[in-house]
Amino acid sequence: MQDNALIDTVERYLRGEMLPEEKLFFEHVRSTNPDVDQLVIEHTRFLSQLTQYGETSRLKTELQTVHRQLAEEGQLGEQRPAIVVTLWKKYKRVVFVAASIAGITALFISGLVALLSPKVSKDKVDYLINVVNHQNAKINNIANQVNSKEAPVFDGFGTGFLIDGKGYLITNAHVVRNAREIDVQNTLGNYHARLIRLDPQADLALLKIDDTTYRPFIGLPYGISKSDGDLGEDLFTLGYPRPEIVYNKGYLSAATGHGEDTTSFQLTIAANPGNSGTPVFNNDGEVIGVINSSQHDAQGMVFAVRSKNIFRAIDSIKADSSLQSIDSSLVHLHMPLTSALKGVDRQKQIKRIEDYIFIVKRN
Amino acid sequence: MRTDTTEQQLLEGLALNNRKAIETIYKQHYNMVQALILNNSGYPDDARDIFQEAMIVLYEKVRSGSFELNCQLKTYLYSVCRRLWLKRLAQMQRSFSEVENLRDTVPVEDELERHEQRNRDFQVMEQSLNSLGEPCRSLLKAYYLEMKSMVEIACEFGYTNADNAKNQKYKCLMRLKKIFSQHIK
Repeated sequence: MQDNALIDTVERYLRGEMLPEEKLFFEHVRSTNPDVDQLVIEHTRFLSQLTQYGETSRLKTELQTVHRQLAEEGQLGEQRPAIVVTLWKKYKRVVFVAASIAGITALFISGLVALLSPKVSKDKVDYLINVVNHQNAKINNIANQVNSKEAPVFDGFGTGFLIDGKGYLITNAHVVRNAREIDVQNTLGNYHARLIRLDPQADLALLKIDDTTYRPFIGLPYGISKSDGDLGEDLFTLGYPRPEIVYNKGYLSAATGHGEDTTSFQLTIAANPGNSGTPVFNNDGEVIGVINSSQHDAQGMVFAVRSKNIFRAIDSIKADSSLQSIDSSLVHLHMPLTSALKGVDRQKQIKRIEDYIFIVKRN
Repeated sequence: MRTDTTEQQLLEGLALNNRKAIETIYKQHYNMVQALILNNSGYPDDARDIFQEAMIVLYEKVRSGSFELNCQLKTYLYSVCRRLWLKRLAQMQRSFSEVENLRDTVPVEDELERHEQRNRDFQVMEQSLNSLGEPCRSLLKAYYLEMKSMVEIACEFGYTNADNAKNQKYKCLMRLKKIFSQHIK
């Protein structure tokens, strides 16, 4: 019976039915007696499972009721297969009769048409076929010429990543400087892109995907961080040093970049030329920097522009009204601040990020 | 994209199990889901099951305090239903040839993983309650789910007083806990 009383007390405590003094006393007992504390925790969990069960089954009943009611009112659209089947059964005979009549009529009419239509010589038909074939060949030729003109030979490569699902990408300025054509490609497809603005000082460039086949993403899985990151912090990158996406892992190794540059930081990680423009992520899946250079004589010594600079660059781009005429949706550019990848294991983080990273091709 | 206010109100209504809100969401989005299922080798009953499961996923999301979908309700429901149906088809080893694959989807994998866990818990609880038998099952439901008082319960179940009912409830609860913990393992 003592357990019974205890459970009862726990339940009154959980439901907030205790008087203040009683509650205080119970909390004291709980904090001094681990067994009681354990029981409270365990019972809370069980009760929440029980109430969750209750709520879900109530919702299920409610959903069934609503469904039945709406179906009776005919608000759930036509339930095609079911209706078709019953109609078929009902009108099978009628359909057969109708079909036979239709068949006979069709035969009769086609006979009539053949009889009454003017005669055309075979030569004329052959001539027309020839003309059409000839025209087709010409059109194909022209199309081929157009295609070959539109496929530029790309001679420079880098990496870029989305900062807004509408198609805004960040890469390094040195990747796209003086480019005539820019294409970007992710795991889903290849798209034409154009340069919105270069910021050579920060070595950043804003691109926009400008291609009808591009399907905008709603939201991004990662966030762009405004903070600096700490010395020794684990970092990872996903970029395109080669035509395949490559994952690398390292750590923040110095708070400044090349020549005590405070706008960037140093990290120790493997990187190659195509990694320019690669986002640097912390464990929470926040972008804290963009790789822009590496020390040739020292392995694994890589520098990255702090992501803060992206915000600065975007602010100045938005303030420049002359850019409005180039891209009217620029005012709606919105960078995600929070990451949806916190506490997610690395493989899943990579899976969710990879579609948002692009190889940047230019000529 | 932020959830707009009317959709937010609908979600808040759903969190409270509000009939009107459920009905509105149903009217607005059921036909879209039905079209998806019917066009991809499903039947109207499948559409009903999938849509209702998606509503439960949505309910779990709003119950956890998140009224922000970061996308339109339509996109969210479509994404969840699409995922659920793909899974169901894979289990039945049928193929999927989405006719309207131009529609936007959002990633919902993590939420569906959580939902599956909850779904398992739900089924274990249901089994446990069923194997508990009567009157225990109704007694526990009356107290914990319908929030009836012990006096009411004593009256309804024919116990001489509230204390007797409470004793009985305690015994039933202990049995349920035991069965549940055996099932969950």
